[in-house]
Amino acid sequence: MMTVRIQTEDFDLGQELVSMRLAEHAKQDGLAVNNIGALVSFVGQVREFTNDSQNDGDNIHTLTLEHYPTMTEKALTAIELEAKSRWDVIDTLIIHRVGTLQPLDQIVLVAVTSAHRGEAFKACEFIMDYLKTSAPFWKKETTSQGERWVEAKLSDDAAKERWK
Amino acid sequence: MNINILYFARIKESVNYSSENIDLPSDVETVTALKNYLALRGENWANLFNGKQVIRAAINHALVDDMAKIKAGDEVAFFPPVTGG
Repeated sequence: MMTVRIQTEDFDLGQELVSMRLAEHAKQDGLAVNNIGALVSFVGQVREFTNDSQNDGDNIHTLTLEHYPTMTEKALTAIELEAKSRWDVIDTLIIHRVGTLQPLDQIVLVAVTSAHRGEAFKACEFIMDYLKTSAPFWKKETTSQGERWVEAKLSDDAAKERWK
Repeated sequence: MNINILYFARIKESVNYSSENIDLPSDVETVTALKNYLALRGENWANLFNGKQVIRAAINHALVDDMAKIKAGDEVAFFPPVTGG
C-alpha cells in the first residue's frame, strides 16, 4: 500500500508505526499474511534554534508550512511509486503536516516496510530526499530576529542527485 | 487564451494575491513568455519575473521547465524552490 496524508493535526508516531508493522496483505489464495521483516522510519521535527549558514542560533518561535493542495498529493504519490519501482518494498507511508507548528512539533513521517532491512533503509532515504526537493511545501519561520521564508539548500539538491 | 495562475509563498506575498484568471495574448505560449509578460506589470513583477530569481513553475500540478507550452484552460503555478520536510 502507498499512503499519503497532508494534515494540520499531529500524528501518533507509535500508533502509525505499529499499524504499518502489523499490516497484513491479501495473497492469491485469499489468506491475509504479513511478510514484513523490516520497518524503517524518518521523523522530521521543528528545531528550537535555526541551524543554517545564513542564520545560526536564532530562537524559533513558530514554523508555518504552506503547500499547493492537489499538486502536493500527486508529487508525494509519484515519489512513493518511484521508490516502489526501485526497491522491493511492501508499504510506504508519508504524513506531512501543514499550518503553524511550534518547536519540537513533528513535521513529517516517512515509513517503509520490506522483507529485509536494506530495501527499506534505501527507500526511506530516497523518499525524504525527493520530498525535500520536489514536493510543493514552503516553510516560513518566526524567530527572535523576525519573520522569514526558509531558503532552499544546495545540499538538498545534491542529496537528490545521488539517486540519479 | 484563458488560463488560471496561482502564486505561492514569497511570490504570493509579493504580488499580494494567490490566484487570478487571465486572458493571454496569442503570442504568450510558453512559461518563459508568460514570465516576461507578467514582468511588464510593474517594478514588483519585474523583480520577480525578470529571470534573476529562481522561480519554479508547474502546469496542471506537474513541475515543468521554462520551455513548457501553455494551453487554454491550464492551471499554471509559480513558486520559489521548495522547502518541505
